[in-house]
Amino acid sequence: MQALLNNGLVRWFDNRLPVLSWANHHLMEYPAPRNLNYAWNFGSLAGLALVLQIVTGIVLSMHYTPHADMAFDSVERIMRDVNYGWLLRYMHANGASFFFIVVYAHIARGLYYGSYKAPREVLWWLGLVILLLMMGTAFMGYVLPWGQMSFWGATVITNLFSAIPVIGPGIVEWLWGGFAVGNATLNRFYSLHYLLPFVIIGVVVLHLWALHHKKSNNPLGIDYKGPQDFIPFHPYYTIKDAFGAGVFLILFAIFLFYLPNDMGHPDNYIPADPLKTPPHIVPEWYFLPFYAILRAIPDKLGGVLAMGGAIGILFLLPWLDTSRIRSATFRPVFKWFFLVLMVDLVVLGFCGANPPEGFWIPLGQVATAYYFIHFLILLPLIGWFERPRPLPDSIAKPVLKA
Amino acid sequence: MKRIILSFVALAFLGPGAAQAAGDQAVPPEQAWSFNGIFGTYDRAQLLRGLEVYRGVCANCHGLKYIRFRDLEAIGLSEDEVKAIAANYIVDGEPDSFGDPTTREAKPFDAFPSPFPNDAAARASNGGALPPDLSLVAKSREHGPDYVHALLALGYGEDAEPGPTGLYHNEYMPGGSIAMPPPLFEDAVEYHDGTAATVDQMSEDVSAFLMWAAEPKLEARKSMGIKVILFLLVLTGMLYVSKRKLWANVEH
Amino acid sequence: MADHTIGAHEETRRDFLYVATGAVAAVGAAVAVWPFIDQMNPAADVLALSSIEVDLSPVPLGQQITVSWRGKPVFVRHRTDIDIEEARAVPLEDLRDPQTDEERVIKAEWLVMIGICTHLGCVPLADQGDFDGWFCPCHGSHYDSSGRIRKGPAPLNLAIPGYEFIDDSTIRVG
Repeated sequence: MQALLNNGLVRWFDNRLPVLSWANHHLMEYPAPRNLNYAWNFGSLAGLALVLQIVTGIVLSMHYTPHADMAFDSVERIMRDVNYGWLLRYMHANGASFFFIVVYAHIARGLYYGSYKAPREVLWWLGLVILLLMMGTAFMGYVLPWGQMSFWGATVITNLFSAIPVIGPGIVEWLWGGFAVGNATLNRFYSLHYLLPFVIIGVVVLHLWALHHKKSNNPLGIDYKGPQDFIPFHPYYTIKDAFGAGVFLILFAIFLFYLPNDMGHPDNYIPADPLKTPPHIVPEWYFLPFYAILRAIPDKLGGVLAMGGAIGILFLLPWLDTSRIRSATFRPVFKWFFLVLMVDLVVLGFCGANPPEGFWIPLGQVATAYYFIHFLILLPLIGWFERPRPLPDSIAKPVLKA
Repeated sequence: MKRIILSFVALAFLGPGAAQAAGDQAVPPEQAWSFNGIFGTYDRAQLLRGLEVYRGVCANCHGLKYIRFRDLEAIGLSEDEVKAIAANYIVDGEPDSFGDPTTREAKPFDAFPSPFPNDAAARASNGGALPPDLSLVAKSREHGPDYVHALLALGYGEDAEPGPTGLYHNEYMPGGSIAMPPPLFEDAVEYHDGTAATVDQMSEDVSAFLMWAAEPKLEARKSMGIKVILFLLVLTGMLYVSKRKLWANVEH
Repeated sequence: MADHTIGAHEETRRDFLYVATGAVAAVGAAVAVWPFIDQMNPAADVLALSSIEVDLSPVPLGQQITVSWRGKPVFVRHRTDIDIEEARAVPLEDLRDPQTDEERVIKAEWLVMIGICTHLGCVPLADQGDFDGWFCPCHGSHYDSSGRIRKGPAPLNLAIPGYEFIDDSTIRVG
């Protein structure tokens, strides 16, 4: 980079549009805490997953037809006739799942290490906005193949908006562009599915800007004391992120090449039939906990509010968590409740996957109640009453060998 | 801690797959398909036999709309053999000079035509039931080819008789009842390669054929997978060693 | 104790390991890019229609049929003896794009041509024009009974696609 920046022509251009010196400042010399662990890899992995989805999505859209009569056939044509079409389709479908795996791990890191606390509240909010945009994008993307789950999932979820008092049914018709999910719906979902990822890019830029402004949190959760707490991003975190990307790609390749349909639902290989509802409508796995929360409340509007509230409440997290200590490393009580929350989310996932019958009903309700209790009651209480472990003096001190 | 989190994540998405929707149907026994496993491939001889079963038995009621006759070259038929098979089928042609519809012999670029002109005709010929197109049956049902084989060869039991509603009992069919009478019986087709056409044999062969019909790129996918994963293991290993080397003198 | 402040990281000598890792990654990236480029090449269903077979038996003497091949019209004309004689009697000096009739056909009685005017791409009309061949109404090009340009703005004769006789009454185009 130094060699490049010494070149006359490069300096001429950089003087007028500082692309290279900006890149040098923000990607190479940029100070990062020296003690970041592998939980900090998930941010760059999320970026990789986003790029993967956009690139595969663009090439798939060269072959896909967004018309109700032709969509399913066009996807089969991609799988059978388009050169490497099967590979691109499976990359995109499994890529969506891996994007959520990585983002959920990234959020879990934030929850555990208190990355949402001051002064990173806006960074946290931007992340939540990205999550919401991802969920919208994924939902609409799943409709596009126009299989049974595509159609009926769209029907169930768009019908939720009818719960809004007075204007609800009108909004649903407006969303559908008709009196039921149909061709009009498919076309507009295609348009928006293509658009939203670029909106996500915009929010990611803001997210990274907010991050660079305050610098990363770290596993100890303590503020940096001085330059000795940092190392330059390049080469230390570039190589570490590259290694993490390698591991990610291996796991991705295992699913892509050997288990390509395991995270999906077989019913989506049946063309959409508006006259025949599948026995069990389930969303993709990454929506299951929210689906469980939705179904846990018997009232339609209540269920919708609870589902939205499940993410909405996360915006308040920096204030609900009253502890002054960021990292769970030094919060023995919080650490265990974090674990319980993770178990609760898995339980919610199973509840969402199963039909709302038998013991799944009370289990889903208890798990939903616990989720909100964790954030609204437990977190404030733990923050007030917990005795944290003593914090180290600085980031550098515990790691520098005397 | 991260390990615990990761295992929950793994559990979370592997779980729902295993959380089978409660139904009346039995879980079909796992078969040892040639296309199973990391190195799985199709057995071309089996696929050709399966094609004979499809054409001789299933094609009377079930379409195969996503398979073009030219696709059969991938399972070992020559261009001339494909043309000859296609010529046995009639498809819609272009309107004649009076604007009236015509028909013509199928060409290799045509797909297998459906035995019925539309769904209503299909239902009328089958007591109201609609025989589904089979192109994707091996991917659109839980347990895929295991399910197809179990349904055909195991689920009906001996000497199946229709119940009072005209439906047959089949423990592998979701709901337990199926409108299709047992389609396979001993020597229903005469295999060109002389294999004994038992019900079990025909069912295995047609199940494998239908798996190919649903996923013709399976072999390319798996062979690419081995190469990609081996490459990635090497590259990731090199990245790890590079990382350790670069970080060797950094206190962290 | 080593001093580790911002910027003073280890001198990264171009170690073989780093170069090798970078090279392996680059090769992987190049191989990974190929499917994204190849997916734009004609797909299997398009290639399946890249050659068509035409049955000549229903074409009466003196008539032509037009078939679609690779999205383009192809004229298949069953020529009369007069068509053939006229075509062969034309001196080469009279032709803007000199070609003998023999060069343009496999069997004299069957003329197979791409029916796209070599001027600006319109489809010429059969049995019209001053040369007992084709006439393009767009800008007035006249083609003779061998499909060669005789008058008008077109620079070249009507193109002959690659074709062969698979038997006496069937040709394969493309």
